[in-house]
Amino acid sequence: MQRSFIAKNPSVLIFLACLALFTLIVTVLSEGFGVGVISTSFVKTLGKTLCLCLVAVAMDLIWGFTGILSLGHFAFFGLGGYMIGMWLMYERTRLIVVESLSQTEIPATSSEIIDGIGNQIFGVVGSSDFPLIWAFSDSLVLQLAMVVLVPGLLALVFGWFAFRSRVTGVYLSILTQAMTLALALYLFQNDSGLRGNNGLSGLQNLPGVTASQDEVSLWFLWASALALGLGYLLAAWVVSGKLGSVILGIRDNEARVRFLGYSVETYKLVVFTFTACIAAIAGALYYPQAGIINPAEIAPIASIYLAVWVAIGGRGRLYGAVIGAAFVSLLSTWFTGGQAPDIPLGFYTVKWVDWWLVLLGLSFVVVTLFAPKGMGGLVDLLTQRKSPNRHGADLGPDDGALREQEASQ
Amino acid sequence: MIRPFLAGLAILLSCLTATAQDANIQPILQEYQAEIAKSSRKTIGPVIDAIASSGSPKAQYMLETWAAKNMWMRKSDGLFFVGVKTDTKSYMLTDFDSGDVVGNYAKSDLKQLKPNSGVRAMIATALVQFQLMDPDAAKRQDALTSIQRDPGPTLLAPLRASIDSERDPTLKAQKQRLERLLTIGYDQDTKARVAAIEDMSGDLGVDVRATLNPLVAKTRNVAAGGIPTGLNVAGILEPGTEHFSKTDAYDLLVAKSMAPALVSSGDIRTALAANIEGGRVGGIPVAQLDTVTARKAAYAALADAGKVPALITPADTDAAIASHVFFETFAEPSAKVTTAATDALEAINLKVGLNQTLDLTLDALSLASIYFLAAIGLAITFGVMGVINMAHGEFIMMGAYTGYVVQQIIPDHTLSIIVAIPMAFAVTFAAGVAMERLVIRWLYDRPLETLLATFGISIALQQLAKNIFGTQARPLTAPGWLDGALVVNDVVSISFIRIAIFILALVFLGVFLFIMKRTRLGLETRAVTQNPRMAASMGINPGKVNMLTFGLGSGIAGIAGVAIGLFAKVTSELGSDYIVQSFMTVVVGGVGNIWGTLAGAAMIGFFQKGIEWLNPSNTLAAQTYMIVFIIIFIQFRPRGIIALKGRAAGD
Repeated sequence: MQRSFIAKNPSVLIFLACLALFTLIVTVLSEGFGVGVISTSFVKTLGKTLCLCLVAVAMDLIWGFTGILSLGHFAFFGLGGYMIGMWLMYERTRLIVVESLSQTEIPATSSEIIDGIGNQIFGVVGSSDFPLIWAFSDSLVLQLAMVVLVPGLLALVFGWFAFRSRVTGVYLSILTQAMTLALALYLFQNDSGLRGNNGLSGLQNLPGVTASQDEVSLWFLWASALALGLGYLLAAWVVSGKLGSVILGIRDNEARVRFLGYSVETYKLVVFTFTACIAAIAGALYYPQAGIINPAEIAPIASIYLAVWVAIGGRGRLYGAVIGAAFVSLLSTWFTGGQAPDIPLGFYTVKWVDWWLVLLGLSFVVVTLFAPKGMGGLVDLLTQRKSPNRHGADLGPDDGALREQEASQ
Repeated sequence: MIRPFLAGLAILLSCLTATAQDANIQPILQEYQAEIAKSSRKTIGPVIDAIASSGSPKAQYMLETWAAKNMWMRKSDGLFFVGVKTDTKSYMLTDFDSGDVVGNYAKSDLKQLKPNSGVRAMIATALVQFQLMDPDAAKRQDALTSIQRDPGPTLLAPLRASIDSERDPTLKAQKQRLERLLTIGYDQDTKARVAAIEDMSGDLGVDVRATLNPLVAKTRNVAAGGIPTGLNVAGILEPGTEHFSKTDAYDLLVAKSMAPALVSSGDIRTALAANIEGGRVGGIPVAQLDTVTARKAAYAALADAGKVPALITPADTDAAIASHVFFETFAEPSAKVTTAATDALEAINLKVGLNQTLDLTLDALSLASIYFLAAIGLAITFGVMGVINMAHGEFIMMGAYTGYVVQQIIPDHTLSIIVAIPMAFAVTFAAGVAMERLVIRWLYDRPLETLLATFGISIALQQLAKNIFGTQARPLTAPGWLDGALVVNDVVSISFIRIAIFILALVFLGVFLFIMKRTRLGLETRAVTQNPRMAASMGINPGKVNMLTFGLGSGIAGIAGVAIGLFAKVTSELGSDYIVQSFMTVVVGGVGNIWGTLAGAAMIGFFQKGIEWLNPSNTLAAQTYMIVFIIIFIQFRPRGIIALKGRAAGD
């Protein structure tokens, strides 16, 4: 008997309901359309958090379900941000340049306008010519396509190389980290064509939109919530179907799946590219809310934090990733924003701005050691769902899954 | 002993060479009284020459006094004296020749001589010949340095004259070398110059190239009809070739005022804006002027009306280029000299190229030893034990900070480094053992989680270092005997610190091999790595062995930290700068083999230096391309350069 997708995955419905409720409450309390309890900057923080949740879902799909610890998904996230940022920056500069040139006596030619935009955008890196990668930046539709295509293509090429040569486990993690580092270093150069370490700025101003930031921030919140909802739904559908079974198989025993006749490399490549695209979309929604993007956002440490969120939230379940990303990133904002009260110890005052990272690092170690299921594990306590008896040894996924037999012997 | 002798010799020589030993300076000064009193750069030349060549023993003193603005003229008779201020209104005058005090005079009776900077420069040049013969070797050295800095044709003769009497061998060699260079640059005789160029051919000194390069510097030139005679032509330029485009050719014509300047789009725009009449320019409505063609049409209409200069078409420029001949000339008029100089530079450049390759090889070797040093700890923890330790970089940082702290307590740099190395080992060994006991041993079956947990530790340690030591860089100063560099010649040099690091890397390699192959711990480590259960049943305690091995790897990272801290600033990010490269080194080389790590470090070091050589301005690009290269390299040798085979390979 075929049960419906929702019946098999009741958590999806609960999650979507929570997300809708959250969006509704924020809207009602916001300054733009509601009573004004929540400030616009906090609405932006919430919107950005939703984008981080989305990239965490992607990370969970590739790590928690496929067993590939990618330390490069924030590179795709950043690339997505760069792609949308190029259009935002080009279009806004174009409006400014056209406005200023219309003051002159002779109407400007199109090449004069383009030169003016080039001067405005690339003046900071001592250039005025448009590099090749800006070829489509005048068209929103093409640039939106680039948001998915460029990171997707990078993931496809990198993944093809990596999976083809059967690089697995920690080697693959280090390789993805190297890719992120290479990309960040490349973007740091002034002649990379993306303004070097200045990055792209002024992205919060939508060209041609006169509405205030109060309203724009809510539009982005809705868009982020919608993207998160759809991304979650899609991810849940992927993992609950046949594809999901295969990728879970790959996670637990890659060789066995290969001997069963599945093309493991293809499955990995598909999931890797697919999650890279989700990450890119999340980035494209994140950076217009952040307002600025620079290569430091792509630094390897960002991708590591992504892994930290998913691990603390609980990998191997999609809502775990969302909970982890939301909880840790909001807590991080709270602590590093200086809002957390200092703890005076008499001889030393613990300032959370300084000590938060120490706490995060250590709690991450503790979670890895004692609660591999993360915060999602609390749900199991509530639903009284128990893990199979592993004979005292908590053998999680990865290599450990194989060893249940050995442990019982 | 030698000094008074030299001084006596100098006096003796000056006695012999002087044409008029007893010549007094005052008569010469009186001969040129008017020029001296109103000195100017244009007229003073012969005066200074006359004074300098007078042979008077007081000439040098007089010139120095003059340059220092201490020479005064008595208005009553126009005689010159040395003036020393006695009180506000009066000066005590001393005669140049006799050295006798003439008496005190009121300031109003005197005129101070203030040579301007141009004249002072000429005096300084004239003084050089005296300084070159000065009994004090330091003054002679100063004179040579000043000639090197500011060579000129007038310095050649005094320099030559001073060579024979020079007794100090180093100074003599310097003088001879400088004489050759000045001969190349300023001698009147072409043969002597060519001979000097041939003498210096193949010399690596920067000064030789600095002398030769201006001789062969080419200037682009253009002439209508044929090439004018009397020029030292380097070659004919063909417009439209790669190095000399037609635009270049036309620009040259414009620069020489042999053709009208091109009308740029900006000029067109300005001209159009200046000629708007009733909303139209040249009959075209202003609103339609938003294309290049419309603008050109409007401009052509204006040009026809004679309001603006005509537009220059490509046909015009081609015709102008075709009717001229373009060529390059040397600034140096003598063809023999330029040919000799070109040949000499070619020979020098070949030699410089060879030496640069050598220098690059040394650089690459030193970079490779740095990578090796950073990676060797990992070669133990990751390579041998298979534990992925992302906090390895932080152990390097801890070692560097230990060195810094030790240096705060022990101010003597040599002693502090000697203390810091075992201290750093002890600190990081303890940290490594603690980490292994508390975290890693629970995760031996779960490599990905080891990676994550050690990441957590890495984040915490980095922030902890920031909290303790602040964000600014801390200095770890190398002892004085490590300062400076081993200079082979002007091209090849390597700093002593880099040599020390190279030696340290070799020592580590030896220590690693000794421990792994010759000690009980190494044997037990290899046994536990291959098969922990079998090792345990042979009476080895795997827990203890793992703990000690991990501590050893961490301790070596600490020592590497001290070494790296010596040439890089110690910051909390020191470790994370090296961690990815270190893992790359181990992975590229082949996990589990120290020779592989060595090969990996060498490959990465040489490759990175190679890319930097191709594009020296951009080290970021070099790192980017290197990582891309490594990713591709792993395609072809997924198990590294030296792959383990058989059972040792694990799966």
